[in-house]
Amino acid sequence: MSVEVRNVSKTYGQFVALRDIDLKIETGELVALLGPSGSGKTTLLRIIAGMDIPDPPADGSEKGKIFFFGQDVADMSVGQRRVGFVFQHYALFKHMTVFDNVAFGLRVRPRSNRPSPSEISDRVQKLLQLIQLEGFGKRFPMQLSGGQRQRVALARALAIEPRVLLLDEPFGALDAKVRQSLREWLRRLHDEMHTTTVLVTHDQEEALEVADRVVVMNQAKIEQVGAPEEVFHEPASEFVIDFLGNVNVFRGRMVGGTLRVDGNTGHSASTPSDTSQGPKVFVRPHELQIHRQPMGAGGFRASVERINRAGVNAKVLLKTESMDPVRVDLTLDRLEELQLQPGETVYVHPTQSRVFTPDYEI
Amino acid sequence: MSQNKLKPDSVDPWWVRWTLITLAVGFMLLMLALPLSVIFVEAFRKGWTVYATALTDRYARNAIWMTLIAAGISVPLNFVFGLAAAWATTKYEFRGKSLLISLIDLPFAISPIVAGLMYILVFGLQGWLGATLASWGIQVIFAIPGVVLATIFVTFPFVARELIPLMQEQGSEEEWAAISLGANGWQTFWRVTVPNIKWAILYGVLLCNARAMGEFGAVSVVSSNIRGRTNTIPLQIDALYNEYNTAAAFALASLLAVLGIVTLIAKTILEQKLERRQHASPLSEIPPPTSLEKMP
Repeated sequence: MSVEVRNVSKTYGQFVALRDIDLKIETGELVALLGPSGSGKTTLLRIIAGMDIPDPPADGSEKGKIFFFGQDVADMSVGQRRVGFVFQHYALFKHMTVFDNVAFGLRVRPRSNRPSPSEISDRVQKLLQLIQLEGFGKRFPMQLSGGQRQRVALARALAIEPRVLLLDEPFGALDAKVRQSLREWLRRLHDEMHTTTVLVTHDQEEALEVADRVVVMNQAKIEQVGAPEEVFHEPASEFVIDFLGNVNVFRGRMVGGTLRVDGNTGHSASTPSDTSQGPKVFVRPHELQIHRQPMGAGGFRASVERINRAGVNAKVLLKTESMDPVRVDLTLDRLEELQLQPGETVYVHPTQSRVFTPDYEI
Repeated sequence: MSQNKLKPDSVDPWWVRWTLITLAVGFMLLMLALPLSVIFVEAFRKGWTVYATALTDRYARNAIWMTLIAAGISVPLNFVFGLAAAWATTKYEFRGKSLLISLIDLPFAISPIVAGLMYILVFGLQGWLGATLASWGIQVIFAIPGVVLATIFVTFPFVARELIPLMQEQGSEEEWAAISLGANGWQTFWRVTVPNIKWAILYGVLLCNARAMGEFGAVSVVSSNIRGRTNTIPLQIDALYNEYNTAAAFALASLLAVLGIVTLIAKTILEQKLERRQHASPLSEIPPPTSLEKMP
């Protein structure tokens, strides 16, 4: 195992950034730390890098620790940990050429294990090849596009042959198209190099697409750890299902052992739960079917508000009888078949649903 | 060049433009250029020989020497202090940080005369430390140390004021990047921090130096104008002028004026360099990136 985080907490004054975090990252894995801003993901990354230190232990509890390959790194400085850190805003050395930026980590080594200038040059050329910027060695960062800059930052981090690669929102400052292609490129790069990588992101699509495992964080805690399909299809909490894409929330009630969804509530998952109305039921837009006729128990009536055909699937916005919005994704074929018009009344049936009982009821 | 084209020519009528331009240029000539040229005219009125004697006179030489000492000590000290203050306030979080930033501006807010008097109260013979220091044989007030101290006080905001906004804007990510790549503190400072702030440092030092050499008020209070001993150039000019020795006074004044003009020119060049660093966008000179398309 490459990195182990054990019992780490971090507070800044009154603000709790991390609370009792435990996490194991296997060698060669690409792990995404996913969460909204303020969830503590960047703080965790900085603590792994050594740019921040965990809180001293509270009374009785064990000290928060970070292990690299089984070794406690508490006394190791950032440089000694040999992590490759990539910043959201690149943090390239503005006054140095691309070549000098990439060579920096090799040139600052103590004389005894510093490669010779020709070795450094070879290494840098190889890395520039790797990031597909071969002819760009003499350019300055200012003369590169955002995507190129971030690739240089990655090459600079890889030059020191890091034990762990840490990426802090690396594509956050780039536009959608570049982000998409860099994302795929990063995945291929990782498949070639197998450097243990931790990627911080608030973009669920990015996390689900790139990572081997996703760590979903919220309010200083880890909500769920799992493979992308696992966190997406078997979310462990309300927060996870809400954060990983759109979801409709209904109030349900138990009727004879099966769950019956009422059409009369459509709160978003972030509104505080009111247990008097029964458990909350979560249904993703593609897990709802629209019919012209009632199809037995579990369905409810709604009227068509708006239809958006721009996309692979059509997005249909409905309103229940109590005027709560419901989002449904339909294939364009099905939409064609139904011939929906705004204002029409339809019947909505969930094909799949999830219930999370509030913690204090367990 | 092309930037000017982006801005449309003024839509104001020609007479408004010309009135404003004439007003600005006329004011500059009347209030600044004319008096400045008078200094040189007066300095050379009695010829080169008088000018040269006025500058090589024993008292004048001493005044030049005193000024060089005051600037020579206060500028390096304030450079170190300014860098330390800028570093501390931009890279660290600590209690009383905003107080420190406000205190740096104190010398700008306080009249130089008051600054001089403060030093007399502290280091004068009747002051808090004066008697003790005198018993050790150290004289501060009415001596070189007093002049140097007053100059340091008056000039200490310059370097810090120049660096703080720049370093605030730059943040410390580049330093973190260097450290994560294995650089030690010394390497990080010299290879990453200094190149990013060197023009601002030079600019601050330049302004600091100009002020250190030109300071009159605070130095006048603590030096007590002992000719040939504690008089700096500005004090010597004042003394000569009060004796109606205009030629000599203007000769020395021309020296300070030249210093001022040189500072101004250097400042303009540095400002352009700073500007270029901050707003450089030479993207137009670069062929469009091709490699991204190469990526499948």
